[in-house]
Amino acid sequence: MTRTLWDSSVGKKTVMAVSGLIMLLYLVVHMIGNLKIFFGSGEFNHYAHWLRTMGEPFLHYEWALWIVRVVLVAAVVLHATSAYQLSRRDIRARPASYVHRKPRAGYATRTMRWGGIILALFIVWHILDLTTGTVHPGGFQSGHPYQNVIDTFSTWYGNTIYIVAMLALGLHVQHGFWSAAQTLGAGNAARDRALKALANALALVLTLGFISVPVAVMTGVVS
Amino acid sequence: MKLTLRVWRQKNADAPGAMSTYEVDGISRDMSFLEMLDTLNEELILEGDDPVAFDHDCREGICGACSLVINGDAHGPERTTTCQLHMRSFEDGDTIDIEPWRASAFPVVKDLVVDRSAFDRIIQAGGYISAPTGTAPEAHATPVPKPDADFAFEHAECIGCGACVAACPNGSAMLFTSAKINHLNVLPQGAPERETRVLDMVDRMDSEGFGGCTLTGECATACPKGIPLPSISAMNKEWLRAVRKVRR
Repeated sequence: MTRTLWDSSVGKKTVMAVSGLIMLLYLVVHMIGNLKIFFGSGEFNHYAHWLRTMGEPFLHYEWALWIVRVVLVAAVVLHATSAYQLSRRDIRARPASYVHRKPRAGYATRTMRWGGIILALFIVWHILDLTTGTVHPGGFQSGHPYQNVIDTFSTWYGNTIYIVAMLALGLHVQHGFWSAAQTLGAGNAARDRALKALANALALVLTLGFISVPVAVMTGVVS
Repeated sequence: MKLTLRVWRQKNADAPGAMSTYEVDGISRDMSFLEMLDTLNEELILEGDDPVAFDHDCREGICGACSLVINGDAHGPERTTTCQLHMRSFEDGDTIDIEPWRASAFPVVKDLVVDRSAFDRIIQAGGYISAPTGTAPEAHATPVPKPDADFAFEHAECIGCGACVAACPNGSAMLFTSAKINHLNVLPQGAPERETRVLDMVDRMDSEGFGGCTLTGECATACPKGIPLPSISAMNKEWLRAVRKVRR
């Protein structure tokens, strides 16, 4: 069954859909967590610490967080690998383009591949910035995420990278969620309007929720 | 009407092709698109030129033989087959670009003719039912619920022209394959091969070199028979069900 899944274009799309939905679920939780920044440094830092003690005493310190990280890395790797292989197949299937070209499909649909690459690069920067602190502007203080977030969004490039990436995320989720639903066989004539509306809502809420943090830092609402 | 045509000319499968420009005059608005091309070909023959090769058969919009990308649209601006497209959809003095279906699974044979036998091989992989030969069974012996009959009929309308592949930026045959699978899989007559049909036909579709679906929806927009985009989702559902049920 595993071989059938990976060898078939429909199966590989299924891998892509499931890994995408796992990441989407994580993003919704991540965004809700981020919004705690509006309740002040105490609550935000406490929440960040709780992420490490989650599941205790059944799980050891940080185990739950590492489980989430491992699942996410697996999802990213599977998503990117299947995207690369499916894209290669798609490009091979249409070697010659039409002389008479027409603008096709929506913006979100056309930017899936580049949007995905932008998001992958963003994730690398985001982890180096706010998890490891390697490229963090100003001194990175482990255990003080509130101050770290303010440091990042006090730089012009931090804001630019973040906001561009979140716009790319919105477009990617808008087409991605709807596509995933179709790939998993959830689409039918009666349900497609609702699925599209849900995809649009998810994209909008995620983008606005994430962008609200740098905007709040820039406007001084969070300081 | 007087028209300027830019037509893809290619001597054979191996020769490089290019767009050639022709002028045609005296075209009636009531002519079909293919009759307009017939007019061009008559002139080319009189001049001693090679006529433009294009596929056509019934000219009634039911056989699926005609296949032209007209101004970037498979089957042209109207939602019908090229043979049922009429010149009244164009204006006097227009320049019209005519190209063959583009997909690596549909190699150009000559000019506007492409080899669509990959579709035949997808059908051979599972687009059949096993029925005993002999006298036709009594039509009412196998009841089919009305919604299932409607669903099957909607997909049975596919004429296999390949416009979905031509319109898809990935050269994907998923709309065609899904129409053929859904048509038979929903009916009791198709039940014995329900799982192997979808697995084998998708397998064949992949090995013919068609691309995958990225849900752009171009196929359903181009389809002259109105096979809807959710058909692909229904096929995916059948495929996932079959993968779970069948051990191979």
